[in-house]
Amino acid sequence: MARVPLAVAAILAVLACSEPRRDTRSPQAAATASPSFGAAPARKDTLPSPEVGARDGEWPMASGDYANTRYSGLNEITAENVGKLKVSWTFSTGVLRGQEAAPIVAGRTMYVVTPFPNILHALDLANPGSTRWSYEPKPVSAAQGVACCDVVNRGAAYADGRVFFNTLDNHTVAVDVQTGKELWRARLGDINRGETMTMAPLVVKGKVLVGNSGGELGVRGWLTALDAATGNVAWRAYSTGPDSQVLLGERFKPFYAADREADLGVKSWPGDAWRIGGGTAWGFVSYDPDLDLVYYGTSNPGPWNPDVRPGDNKWTSSIFARDPDDGQGVWAYQWNPHDLYDHDGINENVLLDLDWQGAPRKVLAHADRNGYVYVVDRTSGEVLSARPFHFITAYRGVDLRTGRVQPVPEKAPKTGTVVRMICPSAPGAKDWQPMAWSPRTRLLYIPHQNLCMDFESTDVNYIAGTPYVGANVKYYPGPGGHRGELSAWDPVAGKEVWTLKESFPVWSGTLATAGDVVFYGTMDGWFKAIHARTGAELWRFKTGSGIIGQPVTYRGPDGKQYVAVLAGVGGWSGAIVAAGLDPHDSTAGGGFVNAMKDLPRHTTKGGMLYVFGLP
Amino acid sequence: MCSAFPSLRWLAVAVLAALAVSGCERETRRFRELPATATAETAVRLSPLQPGPPVRQVRFKSAYEDNAYATSEGKRLFSQFNCVGCHAHGGGSMGPPLMDDEWLYGSEPENIFATIVEGRPNGMPAFGGKIATNQVWQLVAYVRSMSGLLAKDVAPGRDDALYGVPQEQATTQQHPVESSRPPQAEQP
Repeated sequence: MARVPLAVAAILAVLACSEPRRDTRSPQAAATASPSFGAAPARKDTLPSPEVGARDGEWPMASGDYANTRYSGLNEITAENVGKLKVSWTFSTGVLRGQEAAPIVAGRTMYVVTPFPNILHALDLANPGSTRWSYEPKPVSAAQGVACCDVVNRGAAYADGRVFFNTLDNHTVAVDVQTGKELWRARLGDINRGETMTMAPLVVKGKVLVGNSGGELGVRGWLTALDAATGNVAWRAYSTGPDSQVLLGERFKPFYAADREADLGVKSWPGDAWRIGGGTAWGFVSYDPDLDLVYYGTSNPGPWNPDVRPGDNKWTSSIFARDPDDGQGVWAYQWNPHDLYDHDGINENVLLDLDWQGAPRKVLAHADRNGYVYVVDRTSGEVLSARPFHFITAYRGVDLRTGRVQPVPEKAPKTGTVVRMICPSAPGAKDWQPMAWSPRTRLLYIPHQNLCMDFESTDVNYIAGTPYVGANVKYYPGPGGHRGELSAWDPVAGKEVWTLKESFPVWSGTLATAGDVVFYGTMDGWFKAIHARTGAELWRFKTGSGIIGQPVTYRGPDGKQYVAVLAGVGGWSGAIVAAGLDPHDSTAGGGFVNAMKDLPRHTTKGGMLYVFGLP
Repeated sequence: MCSAFPSLRWLAVAVLAALAVSGCERETRRFRELPATATAETAVRLSPLQPGPPVRQVRFKSAYEDNAYATSEGKRLFSQFNCVGCHAHGGGSMGPPLMDDEWLYGSEPENIFATIVEGRPNGMPAFGGKIATNQVWQLVAYVRSMSGLLAKDVAPGRDDALYGVPQEQATTQQHPVESSRPPQAEQP
């Protein structure tokens, strides 16, 4: 009796499985394809090597290049002439929430993803300000209720005639750049478990790498690789749980002995807490084509209240190095074992080849929420140095013998008590906002906060799809009273070379160019160009709303260099404006509102792309 | 393929026949319509706009509006059901603030009750079936107390633990050894 429905189901299944049409790549797309999923061996040498920076005037992925340098070789705009920079054109995204995205540039088109409802606009660079098409994924409205820190999106990724991006309601979508039509859409998570997706994908060797968000909602974190051609899941690596699900097998060789035990993703948790333990992968992913490894960080463990999860809580607040083909872990390292303060480990890892104590060494640089800039050997996972870039009271440093950060016992939260003057605060010395690297100055440009906090741990219940935090917190400015800085950092010397103080947290990304100019934006709406060597301010422009986006640069169809950034305040730090939070409650906005009470007097909501060029 | 499953062919025929027969059924016309009475006056009203002459609305009477114990229970439940994770202590976070005077879905007790039970499309989860009715009303009383809609002697006090010490701008001078503050180079 059941055969007929079965047969019908089979037919439906076959129909549903029919492979999406493979687009015939236009000559233009072929010429401009940057990260390729053609799997042709000849392509390998055309991949950006770690220090090359964005190729040929394009910006095909949020970080500019696989190494996450956010450096461009374009040098038409220089420290000498940047003072003449003018607005060339603008574009309104039509959405007034936090604009954290990087505009993506491939060929003669720029791709901008808005915050929820995640509209993808394809802007014609030959006809500035007009759209070639806009694609609306129509995510479910209810997803806004489980997005911890405004309904942001950090950008798309371009490869081989397709644009990939994530929607707040957990879909990864591939769109054909010629037609603006959806090629495939993969549903990867569930808002009823508190999951969302906000990160910018990375396309590596024919796979789209995406991760989930929701460390504040007891979400179990993962990074998933999708086949770029079909959207089928190639592999998924969880951050917590048994090694079989974290994809740690024979090849897994963490540097530190304590990390080599089996199933630490289960054993370092009480009971089944790893199932709701966080470790989401919502930051940027980097890729080293020579070592053939991808690197990414994982979020804080859930809940924030650390008393209910004794143990190291692996592999939350950690970094994984994985093989992009099968997802197998090669090494891992935990920045913050048993995290006490919502110190996620998701901050970007910038791949650098440095002269380290007289010998060339493949490293990655990582400025963690905990206040230290780490230099890590990216072949082995050995921490080479960890130096403070923020005022720190919560840790005593990193023990390079064991690799463990040393928390200060008096600053550890205890349920039912208030611990004061914890520095850095929960958003950390630096949050998601990505730093840049210039191979010319050999400096990192680190956008960051200067905030401390009071932390009261409370009892907490897990209810799927609701926040799982267990803490009342409030932040306030650290020493000096300013709330943000842009610091130039020498990773070899492990010290700050110069720093610029900003009234508000510097929540925007940074951009470094071969013209020795560094660009960043402020939450009160100033877009600034500074001298990459001295930090001297060279130019500034007041945009219509605070800037928390990622500046990028590209060569337009007219051959000229342009700099683009989205203005539109929001995100965790700007939620007081974007979501209209009430400053009478110091714990509002996860405690951030207390430090941002004056922001509404300095900026209003926005959602505008600004593109600058020389006259 | 069908020859291998002779019963399948007959089944298919039977199904098609059944579909054909059922497809022929005509819609029956109702000769006795439902009585044309006015819609219920007691329905929770979300909009102040009403077409035509005003219709009296029958107000709900919440049992807890003037009950301090129930309101403080509402405050406890507000944390235990994780409301606090989204609305903080009234200032809002992932969800909108509740201590201000802006009410997206109505400020009357029945509005707030409906919002909690039904959920709202932009992210408010539907707690219907998850929280006992009397507890929802206790939550309603506490939510209204946050924006001063209940009498002061009913509203529970604020938690002062986090607010107590005026240390906002004070900074300790002590700093852990080996973790020296980065040299604050001069502004260029």
